[in-house]
Amino acid sequence: MADTNEGPAGGAPPPGGGGATLPENGWRKEYWKKNLRLMVVLLIVWFAVSFGAGILFVEQLNEIVIAGFPLGFWFAQQGSIYTFILLILIYAMRMDKLDDQYGVSERDDDGSWS
Amino acid sequence: MSDIQTWALVFVASSFALYIFIAWRSRVQETKGFFVAEQNIPAVANGAAVAADWMSAASFISMAGLIAFLGSDGSIYLMGWTGGYVLLALLLAPYLRKWGKFTVPEFVGDRFSETVRSVSALVAIIVSFTYVVGQMAGGGIVFSRFLGVEQATGVAIAATVIFAYAVFGGMKGITWTQVAQYTVLIVAYLIPAWAVAQRMTGFPVPQVSFGEILAELNRIGTEFGLPVYTEAFTARPQIDVFLVTLSLMIGTAGLPHVIIRFYTTKTVRGARYSALWALIFIGLLYTTAPAVGAFTKLNLLEGVQGAAVDALPSWVQNWMATGLVTVGEGVDTIGTVSNDPLSGADLIINNDILVLASPEIAGLPAPIVGLVAAGGLAAAMSTAAGLLLVISSSASHDLYFRYVDHHASESRRLLVSRIAMGLAVLVAIYFGINPPAFVAQVVAFAFGLAASTFFPILLLGIFWKRTNAKGAVSGMLAGLVFTATYMIYTLPVFGTQANDHIMGVSPEGIGAIGAVVNLVVTVVVSLLTKPPSHEIQEMVENIRYPAVARRTEASST
Repeated sequence: MADTNEGPAGGAPPPGGGGATLPENGWRKEYWKKNLRLMVVLLIVWFAVSFGAGILFVEQLNEIVIAGFPLGFWFAQQGSIYTFILLILIYAMRMDKLDDQYGVSERDDDGSWS
Repeated sequence: MSDIQTWALVFVASSFALYIFIAWRSRVQETKGFFVAEQNIPAVANGAAVAADWMSAASFISMAGLIAFLGSDGSIYLMGWTGGYVLLALLLAPYLRKWGKFTVPEFVGDRFSETVRSVSALVAIIVSFTYVVGQMAGGGIVFSRFLGVEQATGVAIAATVIFAYAVFGGMKGITWTQVAQYTVLIVAYLIPAWAVAQRMTGFPVPQVSFGEILAELNRIGTEFGLPVYTEAFTARPQIDVFLVTLSLMIGTAGLPHVIIRFYTTKTVRGARYSALWALIFIGLLYTTAPAVGAFTKLNLLEGVQGAAVDALPSWVQNWMATGLVTVGEGVDTIGTVSNDPLSGADLIINNDILVLASPEIAGLPAPIVGLVAAGGLAAAMSTAAGLLLVISSSASHDLYFRYVDHHASESRRLLVSRIAMGLAVLVAIYFGINPPAFVAQVVAFAFGLAASTFFPILLLGIFWKRTNAKGAVSGMLAGLVFTATYMIYTLPVFGTQANDHIMGVSPEGIGAIGAVVNLVVTVVVSLLTKPPSHEIQEMVENIRYPAVARRTEASST
């Protein structure tokens, strides 16, 4: 579903991470590729924890009991939710870094915290 | 007036006064304020608003009860209604915010074609109406139990308050009241949960301490003839648990009233952090709910086990008045408990009362019970308001101005949007008082339709430039028809015969397969027809980078 090879052919990637003033497309492709890679890794974890630990392997994991919780049951009703929060946190922070690196950051005056 | 009623009245009246005050402070004069709150909402506040928008009467009132009776398989709701936020945060929210207009149909209109926009607007209206009905009915239950008001009067009071802040403040008023409503509902949910956890285990963090009682719950459950609580797939087969979870996740990410909440942030980065805050705020309730379900179920079973019918705890008497708790005919002592009215068990408990009654079941003081009433209403009203905004914006912005009144001035647009909102409130009141018999099943429709229509074409629209209008129309229609057909085939909704589930797939789970059908059809048809124009490909390119031509003004075309 990703189309990293599409779009008009572009210039060379910026040396050492560029800025928005560089010629189009070269840095864009690189930025997008990194974005997609991050996304895919996070989605694999998303799937593994919820559908893997919480559904497909829940019965095997239930053999292990920690603090009263059968482990599969814990993943299905608690652990998966904590992981989801962590995944979005990692995504938001890594994307901040990526935006900075490629000069498309909006950090000034975006009011994320205020 | 009983103690509980007095306290409920105090909390409900003061929370309503707060909402009206906020509404007055944030009234708007422009369509940009009315539809997207001037795109000026800080991420934390927006996260709280998303959480209130998302957590409905069903999440607050029904979910813990559902989980209590489903046991381990209740995880379909827990994972399904939170996992969707990962999809939203990673796949949709930042890009739709970058594109930056008013509605979801408007995006597909720009990206694909006007036909897709009209179809989407209609689907958005249908999905949102089915949802609003449940909120109104949920509000009515709270009013009738806690305030001794007729259900119809209760619906009318709640709707009048919603009317006040939604019509005058639009999205801006809704956003700031949702922030307040989130605060009310989470406090109302957590305080009794902490108290119950403390009382039952001596450790007040329910997420951790409900592990201790699981073994006990498994034991007593079997004595009542219930399945083992922590054992998976006792309520649904594995394949169905998988598909329902996936459908709810995809449906969550495709629901228009959730997506538009991300249009109100200041920046793309704000949209990402909004999603984070939203899931933190939602997770607070969603990780507590299974604990509340387990604690209350244990309390309840221990309270009624072997009890004579004339010596049941007082909460049973209180709730029998609402018809949500019934004792079987000719029963002397309670030996079996169920949530299914057809099961013939000695004591039948409706899912909806577990949260509302949990403070009473645990014997907590009256002010806490009253607080729960205000929380239930906050959950119902915040979601209703968000849905009504989608109905109003789809009807006015996506349909009326395009087909009827092309050259409306800004002030006229605002007026028409307000009238649309007012009409939507009236329709919602009507259905809240006279809910169609099939409300429960219809919620499955809302998720199934959102999953099988919106999500796939939004996803492809952003991540695959080659997707074209013909592909999107065919995909949407294929997903819609496939999903609706299976639902009508398996649910007795339109007076039709309900057939057996095929391969164990329930109507709640079919949306996931519908989404795959949509995806495949869209891809195949797109590949067989002409690629979209260069301008459209350039537009897709542009929404992928936060600050290139950053923060374009929202236009009202």
